[in-house]
Amino acid sequence: MDTPMADTPMAQGSPTARQAPDLARLRSRIASAERRQKIFAIVGVLCTSFAVLVLLAAFLDLLFDGLPRISGDFLTNFPSRRAEQAGILSAWVGSALVMLVTMLSAVPIGIGAAIYLEEYARKNWFTDLIEINVANLAGVPSIVYGLLALGLFVYQFGFGESVLTAGLTLGLLILPIVIVSSREALRAVPIHIREAAYGVGATRWQMVSDHLVPYSRGGMMTGVILGMAEAIGQTAPIITIGALTFIAFLPPPPIGAEFPFLNFEWLMSEFTVLPIQMYNWVSRPDKAFQLNAAAAGVILLLMTLVMNGLAIYLRYQVRKKIKW
Amino acid sequence: MVTTNTTRMTGAIKAEARDLSFYYGDFKSLKGISMALEEHKVTALIGPSGCGKSTFLRCFNRMHDLYPGNRYEGGIDLKPDNVNILSSDVDPIEVRMRIGMVFQKPNPFPKSIYDNVAYGLRVRGVTARSELDDRVERALKAGAIWNEVKDRLDDLAFNLSGGQQQRLCIARALATDPELLLFDEPTSALDPIATGNIEELIGEIKKNVTILIVTHNMQQAARVSDYTAYMYLGELIEFGETSGVFTKPERKETEDYITGRFG
Repeated sequence: MDTPMADTPMAQGSPTARQAPDLARLRSRIASAERRQKIFAIVGVLCTSFAVLVLLAAFLDLLFDGLPRISGDFLTNFPSRRAEQAGILSAWVGSALVMLVTMLSAVPIGIGAAIYLEEYARKNWFTDLIEINVANLAGVPSIVYGLLALGLFVYQFGFGESVLTAGLTLGLLILPIVIVSSREALRAVPIHIREAAYGVGATRWQMVSDHLVPYSRGGMMTGVILGMAEAIGQTAPIITIGALTFIAFLPPPPIGAEFPFLNFEWLMSEFTVLPIQMYNWVSRPDKAFQLNAAAAGVILLLMTLVMNGLAIYLRYQVRKKIKW
Repeated sequence: MVTTNTTRMTGAIKAEARDLSFYYGDFKSLKGISMALEEHKVTALIGPSGCGKSTFLRCFNRMHDLYPGNRYEGGIDLKPDNVNILSSDVDPIEVRMRIGMVFQKPNPFPKSIYDNVAYGLRVRGVTARSELDDRVERALKAGAIWNEVKDRLDDLAFNLSGGQQQRLCIARALATDPELLLFDEPTSALDPIATGNIEELIGEIKKNVTILIVTHNMQQAARVSDYTAYMYLGELIEFGETSGVFTKPERKETEDYITGRFG
């Protein structure tokens, strides 16, 4: 109906006798093209294996140094002046509490902002400006976040050098990652699913809360976890806000045995985190402390790997269940 | 412009477009369309791609309101209460509560079969489990899919075949008892057998609901509809009883399109 035969070259003019193609020339051209593609494949393998091997070497080096030091005691001891007795209890507990604050602050704000920008905001110069800003925030050096937090959270709001300050700072740091990945997850829900919801009479909010959020939850969580994996290794902003490098106590536990069971004193407690503990140990001349640093590094790396693994698993689960 | 081909509507009128124009930004894509839909009848919209038939259909449930820069002129009166559903005083949600839609591509929610059909009811505030059960079953029966799914209502709707998904979408639309049901090329993504099932179903459900259907397929229009409207470049060229439009069209353009000389 749309392409009349008369337009195709086959039907144009009178038929002429075709000459046999020059097969030898054709074959030599194909052979040389194949040769070039083989060369590229080899170069590609070399590049890939270089990247993987360097990473693997770094990881193995850390593992050989650190593994012998990892034991139950290492996880349950406070840092000490004696390298053999030193442990990372205050560091990993501190990291866990800071991550909790990071998650509780970045998830609602990030997802809320993503839903607003994607579903509610009108397209105009103002939302363009916000979008450019969010994208640029992801590229701001982390120490700048530390300076901002020092001025705002530590002095202005009077949160001090606390778990709360650190958690909020890292929350701010990963906000762009959470916003961008949540928006991508929302955008992945096809228009025809939105129209189906509107078609039966849903309001915008019903469409968002009954459909968009549940269907994009996996993608959003993936972004959150990747952001957290990035945050847990951050050192510079935490140093800037004044985390201590030697902490021989734990913050008060968030959950108590007595009513009201929840306790928020830990938010204002001083703290340290794994990367700072590592930094402290690495900078000492004693070789034994440097082995401690390697061991802490292995633990940190494992935490990151577990988080990334969780993100991959979530994404796999979502793709298995929802194929548009 | 419009030739009204022996349009003696015998039954009551369900909806009437009055001099309806529609703009995508500055582009006028519907040009003063006036036509009536008779109650409990199927009206088919035919015409070449880009003629505005889907645009016209989507005016009836204010789908265009979802996207910025769209504008209506004129009106569509929904009878018997005579509300102009395009009026800016009328909430598009209210319009969509009264007028259902079935889309080109089957678009069930990634939820269970039951929850798909129940969603429209839940949006309308139905929460009692017994009422939901009852109305979901009735809708699935009306959508001619009950026998295939009654033992697996908790399965994901995505596990159904394309034809079953489309019948589920019809059941989802029927569950809320719409006054008018819009079909936007409902069989263009389906195989001939599934298409036959849907066409048969349309014949069945028109007993209870008025239907407006866009189709690319002229044989389909001839098979399922009582009235046919031929549109071209945003204008209504000819509108009349399907038998008349297909056997002795009054306009040359309609005849050219129907006989395949154009389009």
